[in-house]
Amino acid sequence: MLMGKKDYWRWSENVYIDRNKDWRQGEIITCGIDVGSVSTKAVIMVDGSLYAYSVIRTGVNAQENAKKAFFPMEEETGIKIENCSYIVGTGYGRINIPFAHKTITEIACHGKGASFVGGKKIRTILDMGGQDCKAIHIDEEGRVTNFLMNDKCAAGTGRGLELLAELLEIPIEELGTRSFDIDEEPEPISNVCVVFARTEAYGLLKKGWSKNKVLAAYLRAIAERVSSLIMRIGVEPEFFVSGGISKNVGIVKRIERIIGLEAVKVDIDSQIIGALGAAIFAKALYEKERGII
Amino acid sequence: MIVHYGYLDASGEYFITVDDSKCSVCIEKGCIKACPKSIFMESENDYGEKVMMVKDEVRKMLKYICAECKPSVNRPPLPCVTACPYDAITHSW
Repeated sequence: MLMGKKDYWRWSENVYIDRNKDWRQGEIITCGIDVGSVSTKAVIMVDGSLYAYSVIRTGVNAQENAKKAFFPMEEETGIKIENCSYIVGTGYGRINIPFAHKTITEIACHGKGASFVGGKKIRTILDMGGQDCKAIHIDEEGRVTNFLMNDKCAAGTGRGLELLAELLEIPIEELGTRSFDIDEEPEPISNVCVVFARTEAYGLLKKGWSKNKVLAAYLRAIAERVSSLIMRIGVEPEFFVSGGISKNVGIVKRIERIIGLEAVKVDIDSQIIGALGAAIFAKALYEKERGII
Repeated sequence: MIVHYGYLDASGEYFITVDDSKCSVCIEKGCIKACPKSIFMESENDYGEKVMMVKDEVRKMLKYICAECKPSVNRPPLPCVTACPYDAITHSW
């Protein structure tokens, strides 16, 4: 009998609804949709406050991703795309959102979203996404003043971590905590390239290293690599981490050690920050078009 | 806004940095004509300012595309940097 293989890379899709609010009572309903290379996020705001969001895995049909991300919220609350006053698309696949009124780069959206959830003191943002990594500086209004993106190397991306989870056969959501279950922090893996790092990790496992120790060495290498990106634009407090990898405590804590700053913690899923920023822009654009402000 | 176009890989850091706040006041955008490989274009940034950008399709190949202007010895001044009257452009390598 064939046994089903466990997908260690598979992270959980999720949906959130603020049950204390009713979208039907709102005046301005805006939506932000962030179509990323690995995950698609949709956020609905009612009169400028967060009402609902959903996070799904990005599929192969680019045009369908945005609809699929919206659907879980529709299913839970009855809200439809047509009920949204204004929709802003962002992310790698933003040009493939047929019902978006406008598209804005994810850099500007992450700046706006981080400032909204983390407060006006946020100055440095690290967005670690599915297939790229961005270091962003913002001012007190959430406007981007400096940014750098690296999307040529997979080190420090969600896809890189998915491959590592498969290699070590550890569920991706456990990678961070298990990387601290070691006697002593090892030296980082020397190859940050995802392909070569796999080979190096195999070698270390054969040498008798535990999975957790290999994991710690790999996450430390990623943290060092990503920190060099942030340091290139300059680290200024307060510091915020967004994107799917922000949920990996093993990387975030190691970055904090390297740059000497603790990341601001927020109550909401930091994977949706780009979509949230897009929804905030949507409200401002709607009001501007209607002459409300 | 300061924008770093380029990438970082195992061989090094290859970024062209553009200071939009200086770039947006430049009407001529001489850098666009000065580049022998035509890597620049004028476009609007997210805040509605007309600025010079590095074309997306060349962003991950800068090390190779810009090589012609960067001989390993006796490197002359870079045409894009020289053409910019506001010192808005710098190269990391």
